Amino acid sequence: MTQALSLLPPQLMTTPPLLTMTGVSRRYGDVVALQDVSALVYPGEVLGIVGESGSGKSTLLRMMNLEDTPDTGDYRLALPDLDGNLFGLDRFARRMLCATRIGIVYQNPHQGLLMQHTSSGNVAERLLIAGERSFANLRARGRTALEASEFPLDRMDARPIELSGGMQQRVQLAKAIALEPALLLLDEPTTGLDVSVQALVLDTLKRLQRDRAITMVIVSHDLGVIRTMADRVMVMRRGRVVEQGLSDQIFQDPQHEYTQQLVHAKL
Amino acid sequence: MSIAQLTKAWQPMSYGFLDASAKRELRRKMLKAIAVPGCQMPYASREVPMARGWGTGGLQVTLTLLKPSSVVKVIDQGADDSVNAASIRSFLSKVSGAAETWDTLDASLIQSRHRIPEERLHAGQILVLQVPNPEPLRPVEPNMSIARQMHADADYGRLWLILYEQIVRSGRIMEGAAYPSLVNGRHVMTPSPIPRWDVPKLHMAQHLTFLSAGREKRLYAVPPFTKVEPLVFSDVPFKVEDHGALTCHRSGVNGFYMNEIPQGDGGSAFELSDSHLGIKAIRQAEGEADQIGATWYQNGHLA
Repeated sequence: MTQALSLLPPQLMTTPPLLTMTGVSRRYGDVVALQDVSALVYPGEVLGIVGESGSGKSTLLRMMNLEDTPDTGDYRLALPDLDGNLFGLDRFARRMLCATRIGIVYQNPHQGLLMQHTSSGNVAERLLIAGERSFANLRARGRTALEASEFPLDRMDARPIELSGGMQQRVQLAKAIALEPALLLLDEPTTGLDVSVQALVLDTLKRLQRDRAITMVIVSHDLGVIRTMADRVMVMRRGRVVEQGLSDQIFQDPQHEYTQQLVHAKL
Repeated sequence: MSIAQLTKAWQPMSYGFLDASAKRELRRKMLKAIAVPGCQMPYASREVPMARGWGTGGLQVTLTLLKPSSVVKVIDQGADDSVNAASIRSFLSKVSGAAETWDTLDASLIQSRHRIPEERLHAGQILVLQVPNPEPLRPVEPNMSIARQMHADADYGRLWLILYEQIVRSGRIMEGAAYPSLVNGRHVMTPSPIPRWDVPKLHMAQHLTFLSAGREKRLYAVPPFTKVEPLVFSDVPFKVEDHGALTCHRSGVNGFYMNEIPQGDGGSAFELSDSHLGIKAIRQAEGEADQIGATWYQNGHLA
């Protein structure tokens, strides 16, 4: 039996991809942000996107979160009752989809959190959008989500503005996973945190990924973060994907000149 | 044929104070507001001889609705005899020839600040509420352009967030006046600063209600027989103020919304907020033939 299993192709290849993005291009005036970018993300895997500042990695993530529409391109998520190009959805459908199926953690907590509301309230807001109207359930589900992101529960009614950066990221994470999304997007989740806190947050993310098998896309300029988290890596430069492959492959044997520079700069 | 024959005689002002074009615009916006219950309609708020914030929005709607056969009542925090109420009432009758009244049953047009009368309004009556802040989303979204998009999307989750945090912080919903309410299952409105006590009176009411904010230049309406549901959690019911057991120290009436009057000894006395209901009750007790209409609340509970 073990023999038979080992002969199977990697799991990644047998299941159809959860996220399929094809030929996405986006210009802002004369600036080319994305040029014919395609991406596949398989269920349960972590895709890392690396690249220098301005390489289009955050723009790509914003597209995945349907915050922006490209000039051309196709975006599909293999989820029940969802077909067709998601860029064609109207505002209302987009909002519902983003709230219920996609979770996102931004680099800057001010972008993802309501700073003047309580931490548990921030998580509750997500549930409210999805239609939860029972106070007891809001409280319980908020608590569960905060617990899962290893947020200290005695501070769950403190406002995020009073919390440390690491805590704020945990609130964002709790908010993102509250509705058990199919896809979790992480935009530089640990940038700006000191190394020890960064390690703790990554630890939480790792554990979440292991326990719940959440599909993640993580964007970072920090190769260490990508190396720790990602199964597969996409290297971007000037709005194009220059190289992609399994994590180890990219880090041990980079093919593209730019990737080589990147990996060597890290080492 | 002379010019004089073809034109109207000179008048110091238009009928009902506002000029014809202003009233025409208001009328159109009021019809729109009725067509989309609870949706805020922008209008060009005109100058009236009163400072913004003193009920100019309500006044403009009332002036537009006036006709010589109207009977107007003006309420200020439940009272008919405050300076503000008396001045607005005499102004209304002066510019239109409409009759004045204090009695809710006689009035055809009621302009009010902060209260809905305790006696049931009937079909054909129009209630005009003065609104300071028409935007229920303002506490959660300071940007009004985005707030309007949220209305368009019926994106009202954050209003529950306010209630959620009040319960977390204080153990109960603290929203006192202007309790956000869903109108006709679609738009959330601020029912002006009326107390929670008055919100259920708007639900499936027989009368037409206009709410108008002069400074913010917005008006909205609750047409007759329209659902008005205060926002609540499924497991935390909506509660009106605990006034059911209080007794008015002047008229002896109980079971209505009361004003608290602090006393010298540190305690407090209560008197009916709807002042004319109190007057009628006192007159009745003294043997006069005053008629009190059916009330929304009976013995402190919604009938």
